[in-house]
Amino acid sequence: MNTETQTPTDTQVTWHIACEVSDIPEDGGGCAFIDGKQIAIFNFARRGEWYATDNECPHRQQMAVSRGMIGSHEGEPKVACPFHKKTFSLKTGQCFNDDAYQIKTFPVMVRENLVYIGL
Amino acid sequence: MKHISVIRIVVIGNGMVGFKFCEKLLAKRQASQQISITVFGEEPRVAYDRVHLSEYFAGKTADDLTLAGEDWYADNGIKIYLSDPVVDIDREHKLVRSHHGIVVQYDYLIMATGSGAFVPTIPGVEKDGVFVYRTIEDLELIQSYARKAKKGAVIGGGLLGLEAAKALLDLGLEEAHVVEFATRLMPRQIDEAGSRMLQSQLESLGLHIHLSKNTQEIKGGDCIEGMQFADQSFLEVDMLVISAGIRPRDELAKIAGLETHPRGGIIVDNQLQTSDPNIFAIGECALAHHMIYGLIAPGYEMADVVAAKLTGGAKEFLPFDMSTKLKLIGTDVASFGDPFIEEPACTTVRYENKAKGIYKRINVSPDGKTLLGGILVGDAEQYNMLLQTCKNKTILPPDSEDLILGSRGGEEAGAGVMSFPDDALICSCEAVTKGMLCQEVSEKGNHTIDSIKKSCKAGTGCGGCIPMVKDIITGTLKQNGVYVRNVVCEHFDYSRQELLDLVKMNGLKTYGNVLDTFGKGDGCETCKPLVASLLASLWNESILQKDRAPIQDSNDRYLANIQKGGTYSVVPRIPGGEVTPEKLIVIGQVAQRYGLYTKITGGQRIDLFGAHLGDLPEIWEALINAGFESGHAYGKSLRTVKSCVGSTWCRFGVQDSVSFAIEVENRYKGLRSPHKLKSAVSGCIRECAEAQSKDFGIIATEKGWNLYVCGNGGSKPQHAQLLATDVDKETCLRLIDRFLMFYIKTADPLARTATWLNKMEGGMSYLKAVVVDDVLGIAAELESDLQQLIDVYQCEWKEVVDNPELRKRFSHFVNTPAKDPSIQFEEMREQKRAKEWA
Repeated sequence: MNTETQTPTDTQVTWHIACEVSDIPEDGGGCAFIDGKQIAIFNFARRGEWYATDNECPHRQQMAVSRGMIGSHEGEPKVACPFHKKTFSLKTGQCFNDDAYQIKTFPVMVRENLVYIGL
Repeated sequence: MKHISVIRIVVIGNGMVGFKFCEKLLAKRQASQQISITVFGEEPRVAYDRVHLSEYFAGKTADDLTLAGEDWYADNGIKIYLSDPVVDIDREHKLVRSHHGIVVQYDYLIMATGSGAFVPTIPGVEKDGVFVYRTIEDLELIQSYARKAKKGAVIGGGLLGLEAAKALLDLGLEEAHVVEFATRLMPRQIDEAGSRMLQSQLESLGLHIHLSKNTQEIKGGDCIEGMQFADQSFLEVDMLVISAGIRPRDELAKIAGLETHPRGGIIVDNQLQTSDPNIFAIGECALAHHMIYGLIAPGYEMADVVAAKLTGGAKEFLPFDMSTKLKLIGTDVASFGDPFIEEPACTTVRYENKAKGIYKRINVSPDGKTLLGGILVGDAEQYNMLLQTCKNKTILPPDSEDLILGSRGGEEAGAGVMSFPDDALICSCEAVTKGMLCQEVSEKGNHTIDSIKKSCKAGTGCGGCIPMVKDIITGTLKQNGVYVRNVVCEHFDYSRQELLDLVKMNGLKTYGNVLDTFGKGDGCETCKPLVASLLASLWNESILQKDRAPIQDSNDRYLANIQKGGTYSVVPRIPGGEVTPEKLIVIGQVAQRYGLYTKITGGQRIDLFGAHLGDLPEIWEALINAGFESGHAYGKSLRTVKSCVGSTWCRFGVQDSVSFAIEVENRYKGLRSPHKLKSAVSGCIRECAEAQSKDFGIIATEKGWNLYVCGNGGSKPQHAQLLATDVDKETCLRLIDRFLMFYIKTADPLARTATWLNKMEGGMSYLKAVVVDDVLGIAAELESDLQQLIDVYQCEWKEVVDNPELRKRFSHFVNTPAKDPSIQFEEMREQKRAKEWA
């Protein structure tokens, strides 16, 4: 399987191998430890898309975004933090419930059954 | 020389009806008409709401009860004399003279003198501490005397007498007695069975009721000390309120030579005209159609008839409906139409529930088509509906008992009010019809009770129609398309109940299938756990298999409760709260090995906090090897069945509550439902397990078990209600099966059983009809659906422990076995706690 669902906007990005495709459940997420950072990775199988964001929710600084449920809001893919259900756009990282919160998003590349994250 | 003729109107009496007459007269006055109004009132204050007089003791002030302030009279050009009753009428010269000597000429005289308390001639009635209950002044006197009184009595078991007895209780008297001459309470409004039910309700609230008692003498010196009855018995009291009925105030009319009835009342015709065509009588002083109308609605209607006549309209006062609904010390009492008609002139349907103090009776025409009248005690929720059905001669449904048991179909119930004709009278005090109310909502944009009250006065009289007005507001908005359906979310255009039926009929078992078949888009954090719960409630397959793991809510996803900092807590099931020392030791060892904070829960379990996600499978492996199972503390499912120790050890226990609690818990463990379920079993009436605060609670009796349902603690505590009495274990379980499955199938998402019941049309009587009496004929299906879930139950933690694929998901990182390095704990009382939120 060779998919590249998100084009790196920054040419300086460094691609890191995060995990195998099967490590992330379909339509669910998992957390990878990369370069000292916790990155949430989502396999949005229903849309055939992959996303990566901060694992930390800015609301209460909890490392749990990867354990959240994913879905869509008027077509925009999103993830809900399992602690207090703050939802964030998987595309922009913007919080839907509170403009004050934002998480970082990262490019994802899937090659030869491996998931790469661009930092 | 006068150019414009002014009609001079004098009103004698400034009570509710006298005031209403002024108000109606101003409203109906033609532009060309010149009217002068003069009012004489005996009381020192302007007209107030006498219907709600008792609320004066509940904290309302005289101002709160005032119908319109003195400036209202001034603004409308009404001359008002208070504390100044009219003492003489000179009919020949059309003059009235007041106590203070004010003389006013009239063209029309309106007598609205009302009624006074009827005081029987009992020796000693003049003693201090004997009162009547009629005006704010009476209440002030009662209030001040009650401060030094301990035992009080009321003569009269009618409406006002019971109100007065309530007032005595409210005033802090130690004992309040009701003394009634008749054989039962409220004989004019309700029948024998209704009276008995009311009596037992009032007695349970601490009132002492004495029936068939003839008071012979009031004993004491200057002050009352007791009551001597004709049957030689004696009741020691230090204050007495006499409320033995009303007497029309017709003494002035008699002096003036107007025709009055020997038993009291100024005789009037259909126009409310007295024997003098220039004098009218309205309200409780008037005898119309051979009776005194002692209710506010007919009084207002009389005011309306006379106001219409004096402003050029034509209206008759017709025999008025005496239907009434009131709340007596928290107990609803209502009667409507002809409450007493007997067979064969009608067919009577009765419903009686002694446990809850409810009695309902309806009298249906012999052909079963129309409602003739009825009585409601304890629950008058359906009063307005029944009254309208009766008044409008609406054709009844084939099963007329539906009228008092509530609808069993769900759908037609809400349509009730809206099915009335537009001319159905909803507010009889202010003569507002359904059509007028619909217009208020649709055309004038009045969508709240408050704005409706302002705009058309509906609901401002006795207030009895307010629930119905609310239904009309909702119903009209619904018809106008303003109503929003209770759908799941943007991805599913169905309610939870609809979706459950669809998923069941189509045998769908994965979220993907459900979304593809009935939804759109990609789902979200609202519909995913909802569908997860439906699938679990229908099939009870492992919630982490197939595509179901990522649709589970935070806690279900990892079969544990996520806590501050991202660690989890672990709660092994301890059925009934019974645990062996060996098992306790294992819990202790596990907690030691994984460094877990340990606490006893409110539901007789042990909660182990601070477990790393990656440690959960090993922790559970150790617990399962010691014989524990998942406690489902993380799920919307059965949490605990608490128990007291019961008859095996307790010297009071009448049944073995622990054994039954274990049986109940093992039966329903793992059952997923719209919200969490809690239960308890108590071994005797002392109720140490607090079963009445649970979704379903069981209390042992000498003969078996009492089953209570729909209680909860939490932010809005609610007591569970009795569903069945003295049933054996098998029956008890069968009823719980039906109850739980009915709840699972019909509740809104995340609605506890109490909320579910509160929203249910027909309430507890309907729930009982479905679960106990099986009126819907679905009991067998409910039982077999539940049995199917029990049959396939497996401990979901055991499934994870035994399945390497599932186990693999329990790791914080996907690329290293390391634990989350950001987790931090703090020390507290020799254990640890989560680090506080940043």
